[in-house]
Amino acid sequence: MAAVDDIRASSDTLFESRAARRKANMGQYIRWSLLFLGGIMMVMPIVYMLSTSLKWPHEIYDVSLIPKEPHLENYTFVLEDGRFYGWFINSLIIATITTISNVLFDSLVGYTLCKFRFPGRYIIFIAILSTLMIPTEMLVIPWYLMSQSFGWLDTHWGIMFPGLMTAFGTFLMKQFFETVPDDFIEAARIDGLNELQIWWTVAMPLVRPALAALAIFVFLGNWTAFIWPLIVTNSWDMYTLPVGLSTFADEADVAWELVMTGAAISTIPTLVVFLIFQRFIIRGVVMAGLKG
Amino acid sequence: MYKNLSIAQKHIVWAWAFLALPVVFYVVIRFYPTANAMLISFQDWNLLGSRTWAGMENYQKLWNDPVFWQVFRNTFVYLILGTPISLVLSFVVAYHLDKTRFMHGTIRMLYFLPFMTSAVAMAWVWRWFYQPVPIGLFNNWLAQFGIPQIEFLRSTTNALPAILAPAVWAGLGFQIIIFMAGLRAIPQSYYEAARIDGVSKWSVLFEITIPLLKPTIVFLVVFSSIGFLRIFDQVFNMTTGDPGGPLNSTKPLVLQIYQSAFTDFDMGYAAAQTVVLFLILLVVSLLQLYLLRDR
Repeated sequence: MAAVDDIRASSDTLFESRAARRKANMGQYIRWSLLFLGGIMMVMPIVYMLSTSLKWPHEIYDVSLIPKEPHLENYTFVLEDGRFYGWFINSLIIATITTISNVLFDSLVGYTLCKFRFPGRYIIFIAILSTLMIPTEMLVIPWYLMSQSFGWLDTHWGIMFPGLMTAFGTFLMKQFFETVPDDFIEAARIDGLNELQIWWTVAMPLVRPALAALAIFVFLGNWTAFIWPLIVTNSWDMYTLPVGLSTFADEADVAWELVMTGAAISTIPTLVVFLIFQRFIIRGVVMAGLKG
Repeated sequence: MYKNLSIAQKHIVWAWAFLALPVVFYVVIRFYPTANAMLISFQDWNLLGSRTWAGMENYQKLWNDPVFWQVFRNTFVYLILGTPISLVLSFVVAYHLDKTRFMHGTIRMLYFLPFMTSAVAMAWVWRWFYQPVPIGLFNNWLAQFGIPQIEFLRSTTNALPAILAPAVWAGLGFQIIIFMAGLRAIPQSYYEAARIDGVSKWSVLFEITIPLLKPTIVFLVVFSSIGFLRIFDQVFNMTTGDPGGPLNSTKPLVLQIYQSAFTDFDMGYAAAQTVVLFLILLVVSLLQLYLLRDR
């Protein structure tokens, strides 16, 4: 890109007058200012949420962004209530196990469909591909009935079983295993590794960026998932963070500073993770978005 | 036994061993429930009593239910407003951000941050913004400048756009990132050729950039359309107490499905609605395949 910019710059000096360049510079400043202003507006809801969570109740009527006497009482109050800990742990357990399951199984299936020739391969491929077209909302009623008859209602397993494998992840991984040369796999076979070892020790390390992208998507998706956990849980100690927050906010209704605190508690973890792994996550999103 | 197999046969054994558990999963957790949902849509069942055959009754009820048509219309209003607005906004930002070097990463981060939030949490934040004075932020601003108050969530005309706003807002970051990746993939030589020919900026945009972005645009149109057709989290959380807003003015199909199934326990009727949703999404997906067929 730098080289291209140089070319652009040099052609600018060759063909354009100084006045035209000053005009172009002016345009750049305006462009940058508007973009930056837009960016600030984009984060305002998050900033207001955080600022209100630090305000006293009488102050929430004040539109000012900076709390007059910032304090953490709201956080103490919400966390002393105790339920948020449980919801946080539930969400963490479900998102973590689902992510591990997806990383393992989606990549195993993607790898098998990509690197093995066997009867039935095409049918399996089409069958899994076709599940992309089935909306979750169509399956929630049968899943609910299934959970009811197997006693999975109101359990961690009940919340996570529908998402343990995804067609999206399978195709993402299949695409990336195409980039692993068959020669590597042949060489490993000659060295006497069995197929499971080849998948795990040879192929998997070569698609690590794709695995990370998949993990980010699955984790975030399950961390924020709402409709299925809402349906399958019915006691507050099994709620996930979004379901818990929804009921908590509904109870706290008029105490907006507490609602904002609850919202902040469920938002801060993903924001912190994002700020730490920013470049990495954006690259993963592009990869998953374009290849998936 | 295994030792006597040829290499090709061993591969078949390994492949099916790897696929055994996933095949069970896809059959039990995806295909069986799909068939079951379609079956239930032809039955009458309130979850406690017995399942009785109802034929086309649920679909007839659907056809004659004014609430269903209201919901159907709302769902498409979310789509018809949400998709173009979010696409145009994200393209404009991506187009300009692509040409900006100074603090590029920081600005990109600002736009992307909302994508990392949970829809439920943000629905409550925006719900607070929309409250009447003296609580809601927007109306307090309006009051400061002496502008008349706006009813957001309690008005039949404003509630739907008000709920749509946080959904568009949260999705922009993703679309900007995808658009920027698409812009980067366009070879610079096209732009250089256009520059030498003295083509105007607007012609470059409409003759080169947008046509070459077609695959990206189709992907984003379909991706965001499916998202808006399935909108639920924001609506549910911004209208608790009066689910679906005043006179059902904000109720989308998924909320109607949820209520039919888990508030009214009319499983057959809810299943019939999920089949309708399935058919709508199927058409959208097939449209994508059709539009991208020459790739």
